This record gives sequence, C-alpha cells and structure tokens, in this order.
Amino acid sequence: MSQAIIQVEGVGKLYRLRHAASKHDTFRDVLTGALTYPWRRLKGLGEPIANNESFWALKDINFQVRQGEVIGFIGRNGAGKSTLLKVLSRITEPTEGVIRMRGRVASLLEVGTGFHPELSGRENIYLNGSILGMKKREIDQKFDAIVDFSGVEKFLDTPVKYYSSGMYVRLAFAVAAHLEPEILIVDEVLAVGDAEFQKKCLGKMQQVASGEGRTVLFVSHNMSAVRQLCDRVIWLDQGKLLMEDKVETVVGAYLSAGGKSTFQAVQSSHGVELIEAQLLEAAGDKPTQHAVFNQDYRLRVTANFHKPIKDASFVLRLYDDMGGLVSTLCLPEEGVDPMLMSGTMRCQFNVPRLQLFPGAYSVSVLVFRPNEETPYLEAESALRFEVEPAIVRDGMWAYKRHHGLVRICDGAQVTCVEPAAAVK
Amino acid sequence: MPSPADVPAADDGRTLEIRPRRGWIGVNWSELWRYRELLYFMAWRDIKVRYKQTVLGVAWAVLQPLFQVIIFTLIFGKAAGLAKYLPLELQDKYPVYAYAGLLPWLFFANALSLGGMSLVNQQHLLTKIYFPRLFVPTATVTAGLVDMSISFGVFAVMMAWYHAAVGLQVLWLIPLMGLTYMASLGIAFLLSALTVSYRDFRFLIPFMVQVWMYLSPVVYPDVILSGTRLGGLLSVLNPMSGIINAYRSAIFGLPWQWGNLLSAAVGSFVLFVLGMFYFRKTERRFADIA
Repeated sequence: MSQAIIQVEGVGKLYRLRHAASKHDTFRDVLTGALTYPWRRLKGLGEPIANNESFWALKDINFQVRQGEVIGFIGRNGAGKSTLLKVLSRITEPTEGVIRMRGRVASLLEVGTGFHPELSGRENIYLNGSILGMKKREIDQKFDAIVDFSGVEKFLDTPVKYYSSGMYVRLAFAVAAHLEPEILIVDEVLAVGDAEFQKKCLGKMQQVASGEGRTVLFVSHNMSAVRQLCDRVIWLDQGKLLMEDKVETVVGAYLSAGGKSTFQAVQSSHGVELIEAQLLEAAGDKPTQHAVFNQDYRLRVTANFHKPIKDASFVLRLYDDMGGLVSTLCLPEEGVDPMLMSGTMRCQFNVPRLQLFPGAYSVSVLVFRPNEETPYLEAESALRFEVEPAIVRDGMWAYKRHHGLVRICDGAQVTCVEPAAAVK
Repeated sequence: MPSPADVPAADDGRTLEIRPRRGWIGVNWSELWRYRELLYFMAWRDIKVRYKQTVLGVAWAVLQPLFQVIIFTLIFGKAAGLAKYLPLELQDKYPVYAYAGLLPWLFFANALSLGGMSLVNQQHLLTKIYFPRLFVPTATVTAGLVDMSISFGVFAVMMAWYHAAVGLQVLWLIPLMGLTYMASLGIAFLLSALTVSYRDFRFLIPFMVQVWMYLSPVVYPDVILSGTRLGGLLSVLNPMSGIINAYRSAIFGLPWQWGNLLSAAVGSFVLFVLGMFYFRKTERRFADIA
C-alpha cells in the first residue's frame, strides 16, 4: 500500500464579504477606520469573529490522496471546488487547517496562464513553461515535443494575439501537458478546444495518471470526463465534503441528487394545485435534477383539480438560466386532445435523447383551455434541472454555453461533389 | 517571526506544508533562488513587450529623456534662471547637469509608476498560479535597467558634445546604481502591495511621480534646497536627493556630500526592507482581493 502523498486536515477558508459601510477599499476609509477602531473594538467585544459579513467557502475538509491516484472533485457552482484548488495550489491561504504534500506540485487552473499576446508562440512557450515551474533546460529539451503536440509549428514566430482561439488553447495545453510534477492539480481546462483536441487532452491526462504513476487532482463539471479519468471522487457541497467514494458511487449519487422536487404546492384561483413536477430518467423512472445530454428522459407533472375543468390541457414551458424561452411542450401538439380534468391528473411528456446543451434550465407548468388567454394554473419554475455534458460520437460536448441551447442535427455527411481541377 | 516549522518548505521534492500564517512573514530566500529563472523570463518579457508595443520602440528610451532635458533647459535653465545656481564650471552646461539627475530619477520614476502598478496589471496571474509574488515588481523594475543603459549611452554622447571630461571617480556610478536599484525595488514593493489593497493608489501614483521629482534636485542644484531648514530636512529624508547629488559628484567631479549620501543609503535600505516586509505581509491576501 502506498503512502499518503497529500494529507488535508481540517481545512477551512473564510471569506469576508464587505458591507458598503465597512469597506476598506480606499486609503481614506482605512485612515478613518483606524481612528474609530478602538471604539468599534470596544463595542464589538464578545462578538464572534465569523459574523454575517463572512462565510466559509470551505469548512472541515479532510481527505488523503495516495500516490498515483486520480481524484475527482465534483459539486455545483459555488460548492467550494475552486477555492479548494486555490488553497491546494497555494494561490490563497487556508484560514484554518493543514495540508501536507510530498513532491513537486504543479497546478493548472487555467490554460495559458501568463501568455502574453504580444509575444510569439516560441517566446510564450518559455514564459508559460517557467511560470508553470519548468526550468529553462527542461523547456529546451521538451521544446520540439511541445510544438509537435500543439500542431502550430508554422506560426511559432507569430505573436499569439493573431492566433485563433483553438490554436491558442492547443499551444497552451501542449506546454502544460509536458509538465512533469509528482502532483498535478487540474481545473476544468478540458472544457475548451474542439472535440478532437479534447480527446487528445483526455488521452494525455490518462497517460499522465495511469502510465506515469502521477497523482492527479481533477475538478470538473463533466461527469463523462470524471468517469473516464478518476478512481475516486470527492463531492463538495456548500463548502463541505459531502461524499467520498469510488467514482461510480459518487457520480451516481450526484446525478440523482435532489430528485425530490422542492417547490411549494400552490393552488390557483381556479382550484388547480400542482403537487409534483419531475424530470425522470426514462430507464427506471428515477427522478433527477442532473440530466445527461443525449439520454432519454420524461417530464412528469401531477396536479389536483379541486374543481373539474372541461377541455383542459397541460403546457410546459422550458426556460434557460437567462430566462429565455427555449421550448414549449404542449399536449395538443403531441396528439393529446383537451379533456375533462378532475381529481388528481398526471401528465407525462417523453423527451428521448435530450438535445439541450449543458446548462441550467427551468420549467413552468401551465393549464390552459383552448381559445382562452388566461391560464387556469401557472406555476413558474416548478422544476429546475441541469444538463450535464456527455460523450457523443467520441466528441465531448463542452459544458459551457459555447454551443447554444439545442443540438438540432443528427449526423452529417461530406462528399466531394467535383474533384479539384489538376494544377497545371 | 514565524518558527521554522511555519515556513513552508516549498516544492523541491520534500514535504510542503500549507497552513495559515499570521503577522509578519520573512522572505523565503531559498525559494526565490529556486525560481530565479522565472525572474529572468519575467524581466525579459517586460523588456520585449515594452519595445514591441510601441511604434518607435527603443527610440522612446532615447527620445523621452532628451525631450525632457530640452524642456527643462528652456523653462528651468533659461526662463527661470536656475542655471546660475549651478557650480561655476557647469553654468553653461545646464542640459548635461539636468540629464545627470534624470539618469537615476527616470529609473526610480519607472519603478514608482510601472512597478507600483505591476501587480494590478497582472492580477490574472495572482489568481491562477503560485510563484513568488515579489518577482512581479522586481521584474518590472529590473526591466528598467535597459532603459537606463540606453540613457547612459545618450548621456555619453552629450558629454562629448559639451566637452565635459570625466575622471576615475565615475566608477562610483556602479555602487550608486546598486543603491538606486535598491531604493527603486523598495518603493515598487511598497506601492504595488498598496495598489492591490487600496484602489486610490492608482490615481495617487502619477501625482506622486510629479511631486517627488520636484522635491528632488533633478532640475535644480541641491544648494537651493539645502539652503533652507525645511529643504535640508527634505533632502535628508528623500533618498533620491542624496543619490542624485552623488551621481553628479561622480560624473562632474563635484565635491561629495558624504552625510547626504549616507542618509540616502540608510533611507534606501529602510525603504527596501520596509517595502519587502509590507509586501510579504499583504501577499497572502492578494489572490482574495485582486
């Protein structure tokens, strides 16, 4: 059994939120603040340090990592993953606790840290390499391999400000991929670049982790990448360590978390009460708030009709996180005619091969009668869910909104309609 | 002072320990030494970028002090009649006299303005990666050495033009440059750390450059200041005053003002140590407030 290479004990990070009143942003404030300090100190005696102006971005984090392990960190935005990475990579200090690490540490919280747009690709390889902790001799030795991996050799002497974003990312990742630390800390750098390059990066990461026996700490929203790379996963929620186990166990729990809908049941003035709105995995009818792109789902709503309504119909409106209407699901359009609804009614929409691009969505539930403007029930954001990326046709779909909201095609063909005229 | 166990043994293959630290934090010299190549690359970047971004490139380093000297000569030398306060043998050589003062002053002013803003300008680095933060202002100040050597070249031409001879005492410039470098690093450490924490320093810095220049004997000889009690106090407190006077003594063979030079040396050292420790003290908050 190999020894713990990273030991994290009781780590916490407190951030102070500054009120407009006590903000020490300008020097004048500090001077006046210093003058009134004794008085405030006297008034505040006995108050706890952590008041409502501060919050724990991390609290009581304990875990160990053994050499050669690949650990994934998952959790919602704001769960503390980035803060933990920043503490582990020494960018910011913990407020409490101790971390012990044995070995050379390199962290990649961003691709191309320190790249300067005015400098050429060649110059940036040296600059970025040395910022990441490589020695000049090391960069000299690996220079050709880096250029080769990046595939930008033709533009090596062009300032990187003229690079396309794809070239920029490829060059930056190529430098990072040739780091040889014992411990590598990686943030979601994989969520950039095209599918082809992402595959290359995943492959390189896997090689680093398994082939070369290095320890990797990997933070991602991309469950597919986590599944592919990690042995063990730590799930953070609201700054606390919620779960730590084998990758399938934690990812499974994470994806099905919060399946119970949390909205308050409301009764409309027309006597319609929404009692349930759920997104279900088609296989197994399991409710979830984390859908995976390209998988089969069902949207199910259940409502109590305290007064019967003739010719009633359900309408579900799907919104993106900016509040833009993405799509409307409507019973008549699915071939279900308006009907008499009374008692408890359940309505189910089939959503096969979910083609919404990763992101957060919300669903409003409405009950209408044909040719009537006002709804009989209007429950806004009755259901919220998040779409997670998946690997489709060997391409990993970026988790950020680079791709828009929906995928509308399925397969593509390229043929040569007319061969090029031979050059004379 | 932290006990040895509190100082993290950085990533050299041994154990690295990360824990909260309080109070004043010493400088981790061995870490700085291990990262020395990074300082070289950062200074090299600053030099490259400085001359790449401008149309005139290196010509700026020549033209900027030259134009300043022309303006000083017209306004202060001629119109304000400051030339007559110069030592007798230099009264017809006001431009070289002013330029000799500009040599250390421009380097220091560069440390004030560019060095002071260096951390703020590179905030993205502070939040994304760990490296000795002291290198950010150090690299910017060090890159200024290139400007300074270009200025020295121009100065040599001017000296020849005005038939001003130099003696062996000019070798004093070497330790004096070291002193200028130390004072410049000190002010750059102090101001860069302050600018991250307090936003108003961004507006204060250009103002400081202006005022500090007129409080230093750049356009006028030191006798104007040291004649009054307040002026004398100023020239003791301002390390640049002693440094500029010493540059002129070394170049023109003027009598040395040893007391003044000593106070400048002490002042520079205090500025350097104070700047470095203030920087180290606030450093751990940079990523949180940047």
